[in-house]
Amino acid sequence: MADVAAEKAEKTEKAKRTGRAGRAGQSERAAPAADAGNAEGAEQAGTPWRAHGTDRRSTRTLRLRVSAALLTLTVLAVLLVPPLAQLDQQAVDLAAKLQPPSWAHPFGTDDVGRDLLLRCVYGLRVSLLVGVAAALTATVVGTAVGATAGALGGWVDRSVMRVVDTISSVPHLLLGIFIVAMFRPGVWPVVISVALTHWLSTARIVRAEVLSLRSRPYIDAAVSGGASRWRVAVRHLLPGVLPQAALAAVLMVPHAMWHESALSFLGLGLPTHTASLGNLIQEARGSLLAGQWWPTLFPGLFIIVPTLAVAGLAGAWRERVNPRRRSELML
Amino acid sequence: MLEMRAITAGYARNAPVFRNVSLSLEPGEALGLLGPSGCGKSTLARVAALLHHPDAGSLTVDGAPVRRWRHRAPREQRTAFGVVFQQARLSADPRLALTDLIAEPLRATGRREDVTGRVAELAATVGLTADLLSRRPHEVSDGQLQRACLARALVLRPRWLVCDEMTAMLDASTTAALVRVVEDYRASTGAGLLAVGHDRVLLDRWCDRTVEWGTLTSG
Repeated sequence: MADVAAEKAEKTEKAKRTGRAGRAGQSERAAPAADAGNAEGAEQAGTPWRAHGTDRRSTRTLRLRVSAALLTLTVLAVLLVPPLAQLDQQAVDLAAKLQPPSWAHPFGTDDVGRDLLLRCVYGLRVSLLVGVAAALTATVVGTAVGATAGALGGWVDRSVMRVVDTISSVPHLLLGIFIVAMFRPGVWPVVISVALTHWLSTARIVRAEVLSLRSRPYIDAAVSGGASRWRVAVRHLLPGVLPQAALAAVLMVPHAMWHESALSFLGLGLPTHTASLGNLIQEARGSLLAGQWWPTLFPGLFIIVPTLAVAGLAGAWRERVNPRRRSELML
Repeated sequence: MLEMRAITAGYARNAPVFRNVSLSLEPGEALGLLGPSGCGKSTLARVAALLHHPDAGSLTVDGAPVRRWRHRAPREQRTAFGVVFQQARLSADPRLALTDLIAEPLRATGRREDVTGRVAELAATVGLTADLLSRRPHEVSDGQLQRACLARALVLRPRWLVCDEMTAMLDASTTAALVRVVEDYRASTGAGLLAVGHDRVLLDRWCDRTVEWGTLTSG
């Protein structure tokens, strides 16, 4: 027991060096409380070192709040505008064609007089559905393949990764066109086509991460403790790669949306009368050259804003779930 | 009996870290292995604990020859070894609280019912308080984490302990406490010990016999 006391004494001394005398014990005790989601710890401490942490913390909270607000706004728009506004997004009004933004049409109108705000919301609906569904499918497939290759290693790893290399040597779009051309035009063929061409990068990321985790001594300790391969994978490896996989999934959402619009442009994706963000921007190309900026700008913003919001949320979440990083940031 | 004969091991096939090393331990014996940095003593410890497949040579544990390493080794053979590594920080899964860290081998081998009792018992043995047990690795000091790692190594009551520079990062009082825990465990169970390190004074006092790395290579 004497040595425990010695260790405690050493700890207080360390705390005195970093913190100010008198407060040291307090902030030492507050640290785990702050980790449990209690903000007191950071506010109690008055040292410059802590203050810096608090500063970074508040900018991160701001980013989190702005991202969450923007995302909530877009999701609400996507969910609520269509049933609430009893307006027809397909309603043509040639008398009001190509009008700049005004109170009647906040985003202006397109070349056949359809309200762009309404078209954008419907377009975002379709594009988000395609993007999220494709990204989710691709991430699940990629994580499964990458984790298997990384965890098993040896000839399994080598052959699986050569297959991945082979598939990714074919241009994405070409392979995507090949897959989508086998089905009738619609939402799900596009999802399948985008998902089947985009799991490769996730598989590579997850495999690399698993390989680096696999050589850590705590995996050795688990093996020595009698853990099966399955238990090592599920208990130690997967939780370690999930933040990376989630981030990869999020970054894939806009990518999937771009692929959807590319396929739509080629006439293989969504039917042209369906308002997707890709279709909207493609239709607006002509009027952009004539000086009408709004039919391109607003659908473009509708792609960028949710992308940034989701990326901000994912970054904040990643910092939160990675314990070591979390302690570095003094969260 | 732990017997290593003419072991050659390394991380690249053409460039082994060491060749032709032999070492044997009597049942219940404590052997200290001394050697300079990078000579391969940690690798030898990993081979002995069934964690690293040697390129050549044979290993016999308690009369049974070892043919497969890591996951391929039978579970009873793997869990006959308790391993403590040098860097506690890297040998603890950052996501597990110390309780779960210590209990993990019990859960992995399907002995869930023992968890509460065994963890409390070992926490008392190595000197961890209940408050510390609920924390995660980044919330405790290196010394406290190494205590938890030692508890994890003892939780399955291994017949052999492999301490790979267990105390290299620790201060004198913690070193003394951990060595005492190991010795108490050995006194009560008769387990053997392979202790690897640089510290001749410590190993001379701790172990029944110490050997220099240079004397192990034959031919």
